Amino acid sequence: MLDQLPILTAITFLPTLGAIAILLARAFMRREDAAILDRNIKWVALLVTSVVLALTVFLVFEFDAGQPGYQFVHQIDWLSSLGINYKMGVDGLSVLFVLLTAFLMPICILASWGITKRVADYMVAFLLLETLVIGVFCALDLVLFYIFFEGSLIPMFLIIGVWGGQNRIYAAFKFFLYTFLGSVLMLAAMIVMFVQAGTTDVEVLQQFPFAESLQTWLWLGFFASFAVKMPMWPVHTWLPDAHVQAPTAGSVILAGILLKLGGYGFLRFSLPMFPDASEFFAPMVFVLSIIAIVYTSIVAFRQTDIKKLIAYSSVAHMGFVTMGLFAMNELGVQGAIFQMISHGFISGALFLCVGVIYDRFHTRDIAFYGGLVHKMPVFAVFFGLFAMANVGLPGTSGFVGEIMTMMGAFQVDPRVAFGAALGVIFSAVYMLTVYKKVVFGEITNPKLESATDLDRREWINLSVLAALTIYFGFLTTPITDTTKASVDALIQQYQAALVTDVEPPAGEAEG
Amino acid sequence: MTVETLLADLSLMTPELVLAIGALVLLLVGVYWRSEHGGSRIVMRLSMLLLVGAAGAAIYLAQGPGGDTFNGAFTVDAFGLYAKTAIFLAAAVALLLAFKYLETEKLAKFEYPVLVALAALGMAIMVSADDLITLYLGLELQSLSLYILAAFNRDSLRASEAGLKYFVLGALSSGLLLYGSSLVYGFSGTTEFAGIAIAASEEGTNVGLLFGLVFVVSGLAFKISAAPFHMWTPDVYEGAPTPVAAFFATAPKLAARALLARVLTEPFGAMVDQWQQVIILLAILSMAVGSFGALIQTNIKRLMGYSSIGNVGYALVGLSAGTAIGVWSVLLYFTLYIIGVAGAFAVILSMRKAEGMVERIDDLAGLSKTRPTLAWAMTALMFSIGGMPFLVGFFGKFFVFYAAVEAGLVWLVIIAVLFSSVSIAYYLRVVKVIWFDEPTGEFLPAPAGVAFVSRAAGLATVLLLPIMIGLISLVVNAGGGIGG
Repeated sequence: MLDQLPILTAITFLPTLGAIAILLARAFMRREDAAILDRNIKWVALLVTSVVLALTVFLVFEFDAGQPGYQFVHQIDWLSSLGINYKMGVDGLSVLFVLLTAFLMPICILASWGITKRVADYMVAFLLLETLVIGVFCALDLVLFYIFFEGSLIPMFLIIGVWGGQNRIYAAFKFFLYTFLGSVLMLAAMIVMFVQAGTTDVEVLQQFPFAESLQTWLWLGFFASFAVKMPMWPVHTWLPDAHVQAPTAGSVILAGILLKLGGYGFLRFSLPMFPDASEFFAPMVFVLSIIAIVYTSIVAFRQTDIKKLIAYSSVAHMGFVTMGLFAMNELGVQGAIFQMISHGFISGALFLCVGVIYDRFHTRDIAFYGGLVHKMPVFAVFFGLFAMANVGLPGTSGFVGEIMTMMGAFQVDPRVAFGAALGVIFSAVYMLTVYKKVVFGEITNPKLESATDLDRREWINLSVLAALTIYFGFLTTPITDTTKASVDALIQQYQAALVTDVEPPAGEAEG
Repeated sequence: MTVETLLADLSLMTPELVLAIGALVLLLVGVYWRSEHGGSRIVMRLSMLLLVGAAGAAIYLAQGPGGDTFNGAFTVDAFGLYAKTAIFLAAAVALLLAFKYLETEKLAKFEYPVLVALAALGMAIMVSADDLITLYLGLELQSLSLYILAAFNRDSLRASEAGLKYFVLGALSSGLLLYGSSLVYGFSGTTEFAGIAIAASEEGTNVGLLFGLVFVVSGLAFKISAAPFHMWTPDVYEGAPTPVAAFFATAPKLAARALLARVLTEPFGAMVDQWQQVIILLAILSMAVGSFGALIQTNIKRLMGYSSIGNVGYALVGLSAGTAIGVWSVLLYFTLYIIGVAGAFAVILSMRKAEGMVERIDDLAGLSKTRPTLAWAMTALMFSIGGMPFLVGFFGKFFVFYAAVEAGLVWLVIIAVLFSSVSIAYYLRVVKVIWFDEPTGEFLPAPAGVAFVSRAAGLATVLLLPIMIGLISLVVNAGGGIGG
């Protein structure tokens, strides 16, 4: 019965309704009511995101993990005479990302409770972003996917640019233009696929045999977009700027969710649709991943800005994801998904931790801090836990993702796994160093004397994330069981496509 | 010719007749009406009504079979009728935008709406032309009206300069077009499109005909402001009164574009291999000029001028396919573009401070704080013109690129998407000024008509998305008539 209800559409567009309600409320308010309105808007945003989370949890419970195909599929005629439809559905690859998004959003709203500048616009931007990102994970039509994927740039551009730090305009433009340039190349590839297959239905396209030479070009078009979004070395340079300048909640969304769009894109499009090209380019991806892991870890070590350090460490962790994905075995792919989910809340939590001290002292300079453990013991515990998780300490979810992707890569090429292992060591170096500098030692900076420990909102946010980090560090099956069937099906299809080199029915288009 | 056939011929021209007779009557009304504002207010209102009525007549005709009239000089088909409807409505919106502006700027003269109506009449004849002579007649009626409109603020040095520039270059382009037409006539022996099509489809390249075609295309390229024939555009957009620029950016662009599509596909359809290269060159140059030229502009009207050059480039990408998909994708592109541009100009017309109209981009600073609704509308409009999803402008770009890919021009699409990532930067700059910069002063409340257009267009960029199929089936039906 539930399959008939358009629950995915409800989840996706509920935040938009919230945003419209907020805009209407503002349009009709009186100027003297602004303060009351601002407070109510925060509650509305929290309520809407919480309802979305509740619906998503319900969705995940109803989700049949044993079945590899798409579930809760909801299709409406849109441009059906041309082969473009509104089609939503989730499978094991995407359902957890929907949950991750729905889960991080209320946390972001809570983390932004202190915001005073243009509250209505802020909440509208976040709610729109939630719609667009959930839409990306649910869309089963190329054009629909592109609309959500590309559309998510607009609210993020505003979030960085309006509520960001000093250099926010530069960062916002760099973020937008980098990702836009990548995406338009994907758009060109999508149109070629549309012309070839006559439809943009993802399910059909995943079965469509694209000619091998064409696959190469299409793969590169998609790669341009996803590599920037991921971000992979050497197109990662927008990320540190965007992270540093974005407000705390913006960083959480950026690291926790938007970076996953690239990995999800590889899973949903590049690997199943262009298996030959993926196999052909896998060595290149491995090399780029290793460079990303090792190089950005070294770069992270030299940072003086704590947010920049975490940003570079995110690039390194995404290197594990691409490595695992293109290993294209069960361990690798499962590990990559696991790594993405776990990075979603670990990096989110780290940015929240930075937000905690930034709110108090308004600087991200590592040298400013020192000896926080004396004044903020609870913060020190949480920050320590997430730092360890980021390093990949066994018993935290960060460890599981890293070890699985490395084992997956090892089966393909031990040298790759070796390179990645180097990165793990480096990550311990920079993470422990920064933790030592910020938390331990004596308080030398008199401004830190007035430090107060976590307040209740911060405490709630961080403890929820901490619980999940530890929980998934010990019990990996809730994630791996959900993804297993879909991953197996993906790998089977991939291997089958590599063996049977079918001749395509349609002629090649020139690239 | 009996009375019956004459009536049948004339009935197919209902929209044009309504406009022609209406415009002449309105001239008289304007002269003899005695009231506080002279005849300008009543003529303005009646002209809007007239244009809407003409649009209604066009819609009504579209239910029938259409056909050729006046011995094949004038054709009525779905393509022309769709274009006419859009032209008339765009002209009516342009009048709505001009209404209060002209009064506050002391430009309220009853000739203004009549000239707009006459220009629309010229455009209607253009898009229905089935003969080089009809084409020229329509084009000149349109151009002469537009020359006057460009210089309508005759006490302003800039407006006079814009008008003169437009006139000189426009006359040159008309000359090119005429010269090309005479060559075409000389080498094909006829001015009728059907006859030219027969001559064009003969074996072997007819160099004379090709020469004529190139001149005709150059003349039309002036009208649509495709690079390298674009020089007048930024100056005219900047110099002309803002409502005039809003009118220039919408209806005449669509009309000239529709005419170009018809000329290329009907009489010269067989020579697609020859003209395709020309169109591709125009497309690439226009995209380059439009993208890079706009980046350094500080005046928002100038920016819109460069933006229109760039957008013509993208639309030409679709036309260069030389297929039916190419034709309807161009119609779709321009329909969505007109919605965006009409809205954007409505926002520009809302930029009035205590000291008068302002038109620097920086004057929009902090709009999101001072006028949130207008700011959201302008943001949506800018992204829509730039072709960003989830706004409808995206579908315009998507389908012109689709048409080009379908015709095997993948390399051109790759160039086009790269240019589009350059051009998005200047739309972003407007958004940046609106959202990131601190306000420098508040705008006065906009007139009701202007406020309505800006908000309606802003909403349309989002709300049209779910019902795109309706619009697409309209343009597919319209484009199906010509092209092939």
